[in-house]
Amino acid sequence: MAKFGKKSNTSQNIPTAALPDIIFMLLFFFMVTTVLRETDILVKQQLPRAVQLTKLERKSLVSYIYIGEPKQTNLYGKEPKIQVNDVFVDVSDIVQFVNQEKDKLNEAERDQITMSMKVDVDSKMGIVSDVQQELREANARKVLYSSIKSVDL
Amino acid sequence: MARKNRPTAEIPNGSMADIAFLLLIFFLVTTTIATDKGIAMLLPPKPDPNQPPPEVTKNDRNIFKILANSQDKLLVEDEPLTDVFELKEMVKIFVLNFGNPGEEGVTIYNSLPSSMKSYISINGRRVDYSDDPTEAVVSFKADRGTSYELFVQVLDQINGAYNDIYGSRVGISASDFLQLDRDDPIQKRKYNNARQGIPRAISIAEPNKIGG
Repeated sequence: MAKFGKKSNTSQNIPTAALPDIIFMLLFFFMVTTVLRETDILVKQQLPRAVQLTKLERKSLVSYIYIGEPKQTNLYGKEPKIQVNDVFVDVSDIVQFVNQEKDKLNEAERDQITMSMKVDVDSKMGIVSDVQQELREANARKVLYSSIKSVDL
Repeated sequence: MARKNRPTAEIPNGSMADIAFLLLIFFLVTTTIATDKGIAMLLPPKPDPNQPPPEVTKNDRNIFKILANSQDKLLVEDEPLTDVFELKEMVKIFVLNFGNPGEEGVTIYNSLPSSMKSYISINGRRVDYSDDPTEAVVSFKADRGTSYELFVQVLDQINGAYNDIYGSRVGISASDFLQLDRDDPIQKRKYNNARQGIPRAISIAEPNKIGG
């Protein structure tokens, strides 16, 4: 019984001096992994669902093309439009866009450029295939049809 | 003359953790751990204007034709098809038909695991399907009015059929096959073994200009 009566001398405080450091470490992790969205997407983006998906391997080689109905239909109409970076472009401007994107890469990697097509489900194939023809013209042949993993299949 | 009682020049750091927390929460909220996934395809090279388009010398039975019109109706091997999800099995049977295998085809057939051989003897050997996997081509032609959703679904089905074939060749499932990491030499060998001899021959024709 004497054991219980004894008061231990150890202090009951958890040292909190290192707490800021731990938080900072977490902070730096998230700061490094964060990619702030550079482009405002001006078109509707409901991506199609699919099962057989592959991951993109190298982010630096990827450029994005957004296709879909504009969000501001009163300004731009209801027809699906093509968006690259921050602006709407015509089909004929795609080649120039691809060449700009290729110029950002090393010479050795230019052929490996991958175009990620983020196309809204309500779009028709016409506009998509127009873009594809331009991509062939620009020799950017690796294409990824961006889609979401579907679960119910 | 220096003052005697200099106040201590310390910054209070009790709230440091709070500030860091605020920043942390900001980055937590703004982070989108980007998972960009999709169906990868390789477009054909652009046609050379000086060269006439290559003539199709393949036998008709070696081409699996999928057509989609502007009403999102499918025509598969000249028969209408209502359920797009049946395509996967059809493509699989078509590719693994071994109707009239050439020398390469026989080698591939002999290398297949026994489960696939029995699958072929049940479903395969049709006269109107492909000679062997090296010859088989899946051709998909959409209309300009076909919805993108259907296009992706059909591509997904075709790719699914091929991934199923590749996966079962090395004894893994299709999703495991997709996750093989080609930087790892062991997994790369597995990947190459699965792909060897059976090309993923998917041809996407230019869409019709007129709605049909």
